[in-house]
Amino acid sequence: MFPPLPNPSTTDTAPRFSDKDLIRRSASTVPAPEQQLTEVAKLIDVSKCIGCKACQTACIGWNDTHPEIGLNAGVYENPADLTPDMFTLMRYSEWDNPETNELEWLIRKDGCMHCADPGCLKACPAPGAIVQYSNGIVDFVHENCIGCGYCIKGCPFNIPRISKVDHTAYKCTLCSDRVAVGQGPACAKACPTQAIVFGTKDEMKQHADGRIKDLKSRGYSNAGLYDPPGVGGTHVMYVLHHADQPELYSGLPKEPKISPLVEAWKGVTKYAGLTILGVAAGVGLLHHLVMGPNRVSETDEEHAEELTEGKNDGRV
Amino acid sequence: MAAYDVKPNEQVHPGKPVIVDRYTVGARINHWITAASLILLALSGLAMFHPSLFFLSRLFGGGQFTRFIHPWIGVLLFVSFLGLFLRFWKANLWRPEDGTWLARFRDVLSNHEDNVPEVGKYNAGQKLVFWSMSILIIILISSGVVIWQQYFAAYTTIGHQRIALLVHSIAAVAIIGVWIIHFYSAIWVRGTIPAMTRGRVTGGWAWRHHRKWLRELIAGKPNGRSGSNPAE
Ligand code: HEM
Ligand code: SF4
Ligand code: SF4
Ligand code: SF4
Repeated sequence: MFPPLPNPSTTDTAPRFSDKDLIRRSASTVPAPEQQLTEVAKLIDVSKCIGCKACQTACIGWNDTHPEIGLNAGVYENPADLTPDMFTLMRYSEWDNPETNELEWLIRKDGCMHCADPGCLKACPAPGAIVQYSNGIVDFVHENCIGCGYCIKGCPFNIPRISKVDHTAYKCTLCSDRVAVGQGPACAKACPTQAIVFGTKDEMKQHADGRIKDLKSRGYSNAGLYDPPGVGGTHVMYVLHHADQPELYSGLPKEPKISPLVEAWKGVTKYAGLTILGVAAGVGLLHHLVMGPNRVSETDEEHAEELTEGKNDGRV
Repeated sequence: MAAYDVKPNEQVHPGKPVIVDRYTVGARINHWITAASLILLALSGLAMFHPSLFFLSRLFGGGQFTRFIHPWIGVLLFVSFLGLFLRFWKANLWRPEDGTWLARFRDVLSNHEDNVPEVGKYNAGQKLVFWSMSILIIILISSGVVIWQQYFAAYTTIGHQRIALLVHSIAAVAIIGVWIIHFYSAIWVRGTIPAMTRGRVTGGWAWRHHRKWLRELIAGKPNGRSGSNPAE
């Protein structure tokens, strides 16, 4: 049992972090913050999840989104995918475990992982549309977003979604507004089984250790923590009973990292590109200074006149 | 018989200097629509290309509008360039003298055009600009549609979109580079700009840079149409 999240106080609380705590800001540089906040994390223990979707409902409620009423497609997922109005989604998969011959129902709460090395932020061309605080929260700033969708291509987890209404990108905020005033995420608060817990990243790892020991003692020898190093670790982590096969959980990537295509596009292409264009313009200028313009001479005009008259002699 | 690069409406007007028609009104309007859209595309694209150039988005009234309008200008460019392509492709076919011209490119650069072969309406440099633009615009529109989030995101995978973004940004750099060459040539070689503004060049300009074309125009007259323009 993890100590439950406290109820909010009724007095005004000053935000605990602000723009002064940014460690990354898309398409811009930020000065190193004066203080390093304690890293926070949300831990999702899939082995405890009962698939009730209380977290989804809480997320809709707290963020005041208004998902469309969907259609029953004959599966448990509802809506069918993350949307600009649905920042988190329970994904259900059925797996025939070949070792035990048992059917396992693997349920995963999908949503932004709050990567330490966020591909969305790296790809974003708009200054300040995506920010990262020193506590690990990656947040989208809608006033600065231009709706290009580059974040979607940068994200290794396929998380951001662009709204057709205001043409800006949406995803889980890790309830940055709640965390700023000492609260935990709405989804964690709503979870009836404590499958979702929130605290400092260290506390969460410790808590996960205990859970993993428990799972191992009950026969899940591959139980483990999902905190993928390819993206520098994440601030949303999973306890998985089959940590050796994260793909089983509706395609959770095994070794997520920012795509090399995105790295090339945002890296060498930009520097080489601007250099090539600068050099091209410079060479042109230099050529003009050294060689000067290529002018038509008097003789050229005379030749043309002779040619024309010679041919047209007596006909014009 | 008219040569491959001579159009019926290209007339040589005797006088001092001789005046040679090079582009019709239609071709000129077509060219300037293409030019304007290419420049607007470069400016709006570069705003998204590098943070240090994001300020360019202010020319378009902010990032949201820049993002929205860029692909539409792309469509305009594609259609407009298609018009230019249909007008000019034939005169841009590769000819034996183009290889020699290119091999002596140093002489061209040092303003010693006497040492290079006489060329038709376009020289090898202009032909290369034409064909690179044609190919790059096809690459840009196809990759551009794949990364057009607002309407086409659902039709491709994110993996394909990543490839398209990389291709689009490299092709964009290439086409802006080609544009720099094109633009510089037009100012370096004096007397060229009136070809696209007033549609005509002087006989001396044609003699100096496109002598074969001038000869063909003059030689073509007695056989085909009479000296005066029938449309006049
Ligand atoms: C021909 C049709 C074209 C289409 C349909 C097109 C479409 C797009 C789209 C959809 C984007 C993503 C941003 C947005 O949604 O606005 C984009 C980015 C861009 N485009 Fe185009 N484009 C075209 C032509 C061009 C041309 C001719 C140039 C260069 C002169 C160009 C330069 C760029 C650049 C530099 C970017 C930013 C790429 C990056 O962020 O790395 N585009 N284009
Ligand atoms: S859509 Fe994504 S990448 Fe584009 S500006 Fe908005 S947050 Fe940045
Ligand atoms: S999961 Fe995707 S959207 Fe969330 S921080 Fe990582 S890269 Fe960004
Ligand atoms: S942390 Fe907040 S925004 Fe993110 S899924 Fe939970 S409730 Fe939704």
